[in-house]
Order: sequence, then C-alpha cells, then structure tokens
Amino acid sequence: MRSLLRRLASDYGMLAVLILLGIVFSGLTLEEQPATDDAAAKRVVQSIRRQVPGDARVLVAVRPTPEEGILAESLRRGIAAAGMEVADVVRGEPQAVRAALEKIVAAGGRVDAVAATERTGSWLVLTEMKEIFPALGAPLIFVPESYRWPTFLKRDNLLNIANQIAVIAIMAIGMTMVIITGGIDLSVGSLAALSAVTAARLIRDHAGGVEASTVGMVFACIAAIGLCGLLGGLSGALITLFDIPPFIVTLAMMLVASGLAYLASAGQSIYQIPESFIWLGRGSGLLGLPHAVVLMLLLYAAAHVLMSRTILGRYLYAVGGNREAARLSGVPVRRVLLLAYVVCGLLAGLGGVIMASQLKSGSPTYGTMYELYVIAAVVVGGTALSGGEGKILGTLIGAFIIAVIQNGMNLTNIESYTQKVVLGLVILAAVLVDRVRHR
Amino acid sequence: MKGIRKSFPGVQALRGVDLDVHAGEVLALLGENGAGKSTLIKVLGGAHRADAGVLELDGEEVSFGSPQEARAAGIAVIHQEFNLVPGLTAAENIFLGQEATRAGFVARGEERRRAADLFYRLGVAIDLDVPCSQLTTAQQQLVEIARALARDTRIVVMDEPTAALTAGEVSRLFEIIRDLQSRGIAIIYISHRLDEIFALADRVVVLRDGRNVGTRLREGLERRELIEMMVGRELADEYPRRTTTPGPVRLVVSGLCRGRAVRDISFTVRSGEILAIAGLVGAGRTETLRLIFGADKRDAGEFVLDGRRLDIRSPRDAIAAGIGLLTEDRKLQGLVLGQSVRENFALPNLGPLSQFGFVDGRREREAFSRHVDHLRIKVPHQEERARNLSGGNQQKVVLAKWLERDCEVLFFDEPTRGIDVGARHEIYLLMNELAARGKAIVMVSSELPEVLGLADRILVMHEGRITGEIASGPTVTQEEIMRLAMA
Repeated sequence: MRSLLRRLASDYGMLAVLILLGIVFSGLTLEEQPATDDAAAKRVVQSIRRQVPGDARVLVAVRPTPEEGILAESLRRGIAAAGMEVADVVRGEPQAVRAALEKIVAAGGRVDAVAATERTGSWLVLTEMKEIFPALGAPLIFVPESYRWPTFLKRDNLLNIANQIAVIAIMAIGMTMVIITGGIDLSVGSLAALSAVTAARLIRDHAGGVEASTVGMVFACIAAIGLCGLLGGLSGALITLFDIPPFIVTLAMMLVASGLAYLASAGQSIYQIPESFIWLGRGSGLLGLPHAVVLMLLLYAAAHVLMSRTILGRYLYAVGGNREAARLSGVPVRRVLLLAYVVCGLLAGLGGVIMASQLKSGSPTYGTMYELYVIAAVVVGGTALSGGEGKILGTLIGAFIIAVIQNGMNLTNIESYTQKVVLGLVILAAVLVDRVRHR
Repeated sequence: MKGIRKSFPGVQALRGVDLDVHAGEVLALLGENGAGKSTLIKVLGGAHRADAGVLELDGEEVSFGSPQEARAAGIAVIHQEFNLVPGLTAAENIFLGQEATRAGFVARGEERRRAADLFYRLGVAIDLDVPCSQLTTAQQQLVEIARALARDTRIVVMDEPTAALTAGEVSRLFEIIRDLQSRGIAIIYISHRLDEIFALADRVVVLRDGRNVGTRLREGLERRELIEMMVGRELADEYPRRTTTPGPVRLVVSGLCRGRAVRDISFTVRSGEILAIAGLVGAGRTETLRLIFGADKRDAGEFVLDGRRLDIRSPRDAIAAGIGLLTEDRKLQGLVLGQSVRENFALPNLGPLSQFGFVDGRREREAFSRHVDHLRIKVPHQEERARNLSGGNQQKVVLAKWLERDCEVLFFDEPTRGIDVGARHEIYLLMNELAARGKAIVMVSSELPEVLGLADRILVMHEGRITGEIASGPTVTQEEIMRLAMA
C-alpha cells in the first residue's frame, strides 16, 4: 500500500508543484476585490433606499470589465425594482462619467445618488462632483463592500489560464505519446500553422469566405487536421522504415510544414472567415467553460484511458521502455510508432484549427516555438525523454504549470524577458527533480 | 598475478587465480565459456579491480585503478570488440589520448610519420587517411596492435583475436605475434581454437569455474588432455530425471541460412523432446533460434509445425504460430525493466486478456497471480518494477509470459545464465514438465553438464554449421561435444 502511494506520488508529484505555485501566486495577488454578485448589488440598492428619500435618480458608474459589467446590470435591475430611477449607466473611463454628467446637467436633470465601485468611486470626477457640477448638488456615492481575494484565483482568471493553455495542452497529448515511445516531434508548431492556414484558406476559397456554412467550415477543419495527420504519418514512416532518428526527420518536417504554410497563404494572414468560426476558440457553453477547454479535457480523458487501459497504450510504453524486448514479445513496433506520429500530427492540426478560431484568421506565423513549449509541458509533466515512462495527466499538469507561471508573472507585473528566464529555470528544475528521483 | 578473486552480484567469477607470464613468451589462456578468462584479463587490464590478490610487475606490486593506469604500466588489452573510434583515421586512433603535440596543437605530420613507421615495423600497409570504419577487421586489429606498440608495451593481451579473420589473415597475425615475441614482449593469448594454441603457445593455463586447473608446457601436450582439463566436471545429480519418451515430430526446420553466421541448418524437434544446441559462443546457436523466431531476417529456410508450413516474418508471426523465445539476455531482450512485472507478463498476452482493445485488468491480475504461485516468483506485489527482481525471478517472469501463451514450441536460450542453483533446479523441472505435456523444446546452453543432463538429443554447432548430432545417454561425454564444437 505504501509503495503504491509512493508510486502515485512519484507519478503525479508535479501536482504538488502546481498547487504550490497556485498558493504562491494567490498570496502575491491578494487584493481588495469589489463584490460584484447580485447580493452585493442588492445591499447597495437597499442603502441608497434608506439614505436617499423619495424616487431617487441614481447614476451607475463602473469600469469596462466583464465583472463590473455584470455588477452594473444587477444594479440597474435592482434600482428599477426598488422603484427608483436610473439616471444613466456608465461603463468606461472617468471621461465617460464626466460626459454623462454633463449631458444630465445640460438636460436639466438631477442625480441623487451614484452607485460606483471601489475604484470608480475614488475618481475625481465623482469625489469632486460638488465643485465640478454645482447644479447637481451633492449626490451620495455608494460602493459595494469589498473583500480580500487573490486576483489569481478569480474565476475569470482561472478560465483565462485554461483557455490560453488549451492549444499547447492538446498538442502535448500527441507529444507525450511520441516521447513515451522514445521519440520526439519537432514539427508540431509548424504543423499547427499549416493547419490554421489550410483551414482558413479552404474556408475562404471553397466554403464561401465570410458567408461560409457550418458544414463547410467543419469540412475545412477536418481536411486541415487530416493533412497534418498525413504529414505526421510521413515522419513516422521515415522514422520506422529507414531508422532515421526522429529528431532529424521531424526537424526536416518542421521546415517543410512551415514552408508549406507560407506558400499556401502567400505569407499573408487569411481572415476572410465567418464570425461564427470563433465558436471553438472563444465561445463558451457548459458551466461557462470555454469550448476549447472542454475539448481539451475530453481529449485528456480519452488519452488517459487509451494510455492506461488499452492494448495500444501498453504497446506504446513497451516500445519506449525496451524496443527489442517489445518486438520479441510480439509487439508490432513499427505500426505502434507510426500511429504515435500520426496522432501527434492530428492533434497538432487540431491545435492549429483552435488557434485560427481564437484569432479568427490563419497565418503562417502561428505556432512559432510552440514545439518547445509543448515539449516543455511534457517534460515538466514528468515524462522521461528516454522513453517508456510518463503519464498523460502529468502532461496536463505540466502544461498548467507553464500557464500558471506565465499568468502569475503577468499578474505580478514581471516583464516578459524575466518570464522567459524563469520559465527556462523551471523546466531545468523539473528535469533535475526527475533525475534525482530516478537515482 | 596471485590469488586473484573477483565476484559480481550473484556470481563468483574468480576464486583465487594465479597467472604468470615471462618476457618473450606466448601464454595461452584456455577455458570454457564463463570459466573466468575475460574477468581475469579485465583485472589485468585495469577495467575491474580485484576483490583480493596481488599483481606484480617485474617483482613490484602494482595496482591499476583504470585501464589508463594499466596501459601506462605497459599492459595493452586487445578485446574482441575493438576500442577504435570509427570516425577517426588509423593514425588518430593510435595516438588517441597521447597525441603528439606542438604548442598545444596536434602535430599531425609527426603522428602520421610515427604511425607509418609502426606499420612498417609490423610489415603491413594501411591507409593512414581513411576512417577506421572503412578498414577490414584484420586491419583494425593491426591498428590496435600498432596502438599497443606505440606505447612501449610489455604485455599484450589478445582476446579471441582470430574470431573474425580469414585463414590468410590469421597466419599473418601469427607472424606478427612471433615478431613481437622476439622483441621480448609477453603475450597472453585467449582462444577457443586448439590448433592455434598448439601452433603458437609456449605454455597453456587452463581455467575452470574461476580456478586454475593446470599449467602445461606445449611440448608433450595432447589435445585430449586439454579438453579434459577444460570440462573436467563430473555430472552431478542436479538434473531431474525424466521418463517421457519423445512422440511424433512437431517442428521441422530446413535449409536455414543467414550470411556466415548460420549456414544451412536443418533439424527436427519431437513432441515431448528437449533438443539442445551446443557449441561455443559465436557458433550460431542463438542466431539459429532468432531466425526461426523471426527476430532477424533469414536468407533462406523453411519451417513446418505439426505438418503446417509456417510463414514467419516477425516475432509477432512466430508467437501467433505458437512459438516462444526466452532470450539469452533477459535485461536487454526479455524484459521492459522500467515496467511492472505484471505489465511485462501481459505483453505477449494482451490479445486474449482484452476485449475491444481494452485490457481486462482483473483477468490480467488473476492470470499473473496464478503464475506467481505456480512458478513461485518472489515479488512484493504485481506493480513491482522488473528491474528490482533477482535474475532467477526475472527469468520466471519471462517464463510466465510464454506459459500463459501456452506455446507449442519453446526456445530456451541460456535459460540458467546468472541464476542461482535453487531457481535453476526449478527451471529444469519446469522444462521437463513442459516436455511431459507434449511441447517441443529447443535449448541453447553453454553449460555442457546442463546439456547432458537435460537434453534428449544434442546438436553441436561450429561456425554456423551443425557438426554433429548426439543422442543423449549416460555414455556421452562432454569431451565428445567439445571435440565437435571445436571441429
């Protein structure tokens, strides 16, 4: 039992690192957060009701963030429900508030109270309203109570992290399989670019451009992903049939795919794509989770089952662990290797399509350096580059470690050059930990 | 060298060996596979450190911590596998590690001149400018010898130097050896070929089981006596008796060929029969098994199992046809060491143990625990990595793989190598049990007592050919096999 626990700990030890990083960044980003939920809005309305008699006219002033937009909406509804009047709802900078107030003054209107947030309530235009707009008298400013909470741990930020890493995480599934067989695939970044360009171009030229139908877009994406699978298969065939090191073959494929992407797009970005194309990359549904994140989670679940419960999974590990022993035990080594590279290509293609959807265009510059981030995610996730060892879910953790470090450093205003240094050191540390563990 | 002892985990390779060699002498070192010759010269060459014993050079006690130190003391070992960097030229290899330099730069001209001089002394012409990978085996060997001479060497050890040479090259090598001898260099010569030993050696030292069995001068020495000294063991009662008699022919192998390694091998194996293939290392025994199993590509050869022609092109085909192979090297070929014993066990059995491509974990664990009980495999739990098991238990895991598969034909390649006596006996019992169940068994073993104790019939191979077939019986002697093996 204890050894099972130990094995679990060594398989998913990186989870502890991820949690630790979360705690660190939570501590560093602990700030006063305005309450933005319905209850907070209701309490603001109640105190306006108590302190301002009669049918008060209320101005709502918030910043243009999604959260504060929600707050403004609940405030607006609450004010109306309480039988008061909404003078205006301003979602913007101080200038916008000033303009709104000027309009009200010009129309001879009045403002009895201002519902603001911690931040907007401290803007000069509101605190000095008495001097700037004497005509309005001295309206009271109401601010919802605030609470201390890490910006890092806010729902929007967490979803943001997941959404930003989705592409790399999906590509890393295929890479994990390839690395477990003892290989490597350097072409995934270029394949993603090729896929994005191919999908965009097929939509523009053959599916009707901005008028393209859903079916047309789906076919374009499938074709793009299929092309990447084919190129992955080509790499795999060269590796297995001629025994060329995977590093060399996929390095060449990286150049070929990148070149093809530039050729197919004439070096330009292709953006003649329907608005609805962003469904995959930017849309969200179920539980408010972005579609790309849902897709990522589904793929990880499927890959985890594949690697831990199926014959194919066993074969992938066996081929990476000891190719000769696997062969002598009847494992069809070449077919297994080929399949790993095909899957890696397909998932790189899917990553490209998601990128095209996120950015609503296809450009040959997408995915530059992605192969390195993808490999880093796999390695940080505990998969040995020598093959035979590693876990799919470890890779998901590895991808999130990278995303969390980047996000956390953004939140704490660490500049991007430093970020690179830190990220590099983290990868080194992960590999070092792996080494020490295996000694 | 006096009282040299050396043991490795599980094996005592040298149990107090004495060896002395004089300047200008050719000393032949002889012994069966595993007698301790290689270990002894590795101790001499500084690759291994002896557990006990003394090394003296010119009456002074010395001790080598590394091959470099041994080389500096004038001892050069030329291994069967050459230590040349394939991409470097002959001259570069000769001076590797002791480059002639001028102001920090390699003095290529000087190196070339000295290399040319060495080859002139050896009486050979070798292109100094091509990489060693393009030289023939004989030429590479000469580069090794030149390298030894370049360092003022006093003792040259040659391990099976003629294994890969043609007859002409061998006689040329002998001339060179005699030339070295006349210059006062001592030579320790290891070979399985008795003819060479009689042609070359002044004195012969025979090792067996890590001990000296005797030292003889060549004069008056007889072949028979040498072979007896090498094998010399009594057949102990360690081999369980069997009563089954072989049934009808099951596997027929005909005309099996691959290059020089396996030449026109044909044989049959009967139901319930244990057929042993004996011979020296490199005789083509393992290669024969691997060819039938589809592990290597054969040039020619046909197999018939139970009257059906088999079309075997890969191990996968062979396994599907009901053949199992216990490889000679468990760690490199038999097991995925980083995986659990359960996963290793299941590898060839995943088909029957799964449904729609999904492995049935419960059935897998149950099947494995049956074999763990039956074979008495000592594992703490099924998730234990194969790496952490002892040799005997590793071998049992490999056995379990093929037993679960219920193979009709089983190849055992050195089934007891590196395994302790207890586990050995269990494996013997198991082989007998399989034979009793009508399976056809082919065994390759370098241990002659094992061959005599277990096999119903013995094929002896030498240089890729079958040189004889012996029906096993109490009258058959190890000497008989050795004679055929050294043909």
